[in-house]
Amino acid sequence: MKKIIKYVIVDIMRNKIVIAYTLLLLAISFSLFNLEDNTDKGLLGLMNIVLIIVPLICIIFSTIYVYNSAEFIELLVSQPLQRKHIWISLFAGIAIALTLAFVVGVGIMVLLYSFTATGLILIGVGLILSVIFVAIALLAAVYTRDKAKGIGIAVLLWLYFSIIFDGLVLFILFQFADYPLDKAMLVLSGLNPIDTGRILVLLKMDVSALMGYTGAVFQNFFGTAIGMGITLLVMFLWMIVPVSLSVRKFRRKDL
Amino acid sequence: MKQILLAILFLIFFSQISFCGRVYMVKKNSGLSSIQAAINQASNGDTILVFPGVYTEKNILVNKSLVLIGKNYPVLDGEHKYEIVSIKADNVVFQGFKLIHSGVSSLIDIAAIKVFSKRNVEIKDNILDGTFFGIYLQKAVSCVVENNQLTGEGTTDQQSGNGIHCWQCDSIRIIGNSVKGHRDGIYFEFVNHSLIVKNISANNIRYGLHFMFSNNNSYIANTFKNNNAGVSVMFSHGVNMFNNIFEDNWGDGCYGIFLKEITDSYISGNQFRRNTTGIFMEGANRVKVKKNQFIKNGWALKIDASCEDDTLAFNNFLGNSFDVGTNGTLVSNFNHNYWDKYEGYDLNKNNVGDVPYHPVSLFSMIVSKNPSAMILFRSVMASLLDKVEKILPSLTPENLVDHNPYMKPIRL
Repeated sequence: MKKIIKYVIVDIMRNKIVIAYTLLLLAISFSLFNLEDNTDKGLLGLMNIVLIIVPLICIIFSTIYVYNSAEFIELLVSQPLQRKHIWISLFAGIAIALTLAFVVGVGIMVLLYSFTATGLILIGVGLILSVIFVAIALLAAVYTRDKAKGIGIAVLLWLYFSIIFDGLVLFILFQFADYPLDKAMLVLSGLNPIDTGRILVLLKMDVSALMGYTGAVFQNFFGTAIGMGITLLVMFLWMIVPVSLSVRKFRRKDL
Repeated sequence: MKQILLAILFLIFFSQISFCGRVYMVKKNSGLSSIQAAINQASNGDTILVFPGVYTEKNILVNKSLVLIGKNYPVLDGEHKYEIVSIKADNVVFQGFKLIHSGVSSLIDIAAIKVFSKRNVEIKDNILDGTFFGIYLQKAVSCVVENNQLTGEGTTDQQSGNGIHCWQCDSIRIIGNSVKGHRDGIYFEFVNHSLIVKNISANNIRYGLHFMFSNNNSYIANTFKNNNAGVSVMFSHGVNMFNNIFEDNWGDGCYGIFLKEITDSYISGNQFRRNTTGIFMEGANRVKVKKNQFIKNGWALKIDASCEDDTLAFNNFLGNSFDVGTNGTLVSNFNHNYWDKYEGYDLNKNNVGDVPYHPVSLFSMIVSKNPSAMILFRSVMASLLDKVEKILPSLTPENLVDHNPYMKPIRL
């Protein structure tokens, strides 16, 4: 299992796209911190990168990688190896490689320019989102045989999580404006890892604005140890559930 | 010439005499061990020196024009029952005492030091600890409250009084005091022509500063910090607020300053940092807000549609979550401010942006209509809505616009 993970990581590291991704993140974070004289604005820009670009690259790259290594997977399956182990090592390899790219691209710059609670939370959210979207990509890839269709589904999923979901939330907010929605919003935000991550960052970044009426509800929930624990648990579930679903599918898949 | 000189000499001579009262020494375990006894013996213009010790004299009534000076903070204890000092004479100086444990009542306003309808009273350098109301001026004129340290221990609105409470006063000077843990730090009702300088009002249960019907007062270089509901000022005109600091007032219904029905006032050189709302204006007319800094507030400004003819110019808006929030179309004048969210350009390099800036974002309108929408703040959806609104303004108030936004922060 370790050998497969190692092989996958080395293979991805040699891949030009991951190097380009790392350099892109590095360039963006470097220029964001240098363009603005106050680092808070740089962090704000980076937050958008973390919440949009990172999930997009992670989901598309992982999907393509899984399709491209179809032959390699077939080879592995012919060996005396458990299918479960093969799939999990594939997931672990991609996830480790992409989080490494994120750490190099964003993490170092944030630590250098803005070593604050907000910065650290941002790095944490970026890392978790990377892993989650690799997991979702694997799920999308294992369910469709056709490469084009698989990539299409991956892109759609990304679109759903980053834009459509929020649109739906806004729709619900205005349709049910007469009802107390604070608690419902908490649950809704848990249904989208990007939203959960965004709120975690907001709680540090815009704490003054969030202390208003509804914000206080969020602060009371996310600010406490229990709320934080539940949030992390939800994020963890977002990693585990897609991976275990895809493992189940892969075990029975006719390659 | 000689006559004038003589007259001056004569005046100096007599004024010396008239101010040279007797001095009474109040000391524990001596012939004169009670402050009240000393006051009863003294006559107008005398001085009473009080040496260290704990004096439990129930209520001390100062009914003559005396100078009372405490050496090394003698303690006056109100035993949680009494009003400690009542001043019912003009020209009293009360200086250097430590007053503890005044009575607490929900029926009458018991204070540590209360001045009843008198003039020229000076209350200086005292320490007030665990008092209900701290310093209470009632119908006083030309009084000075200087360098006192007030610490209340109230926990609820009902169980605590105001730090410095003035009612129906005129020409009061309140300088360099620090007020903590009271209901309202500084409270004015019907107080005119007064000066409030260099005070610190922090961690109070309700407002740091609270005034109503108090006209033509100036507030200069005070700090209002971490109060439960910030600062609230209402129904007054001619209010000048210069170089004050409003910090860390967090919560719903909590404002750096809440201006209600304030007219013809001038707010300048103040700093608003990390408040949920920096300034909230409701029915504020002809108010000038100039040269202030708004840093990292939730909303830098909230202006109700009931405001008219206000001027907001030369302010810096830095790192606020929202710059301006409003609930309708607005007739106020924004000009020459620096907005860190401004994305325009400056072709002629005169440091003034060529494109007008609309400080109200669509999303802040959405949030003001539906506070729960805050959960979508800074999401792609929200930024998309804001971008679209910027290109095709339709919902945000059209005339709320800064035509000359600065490109760089204004040096203040």
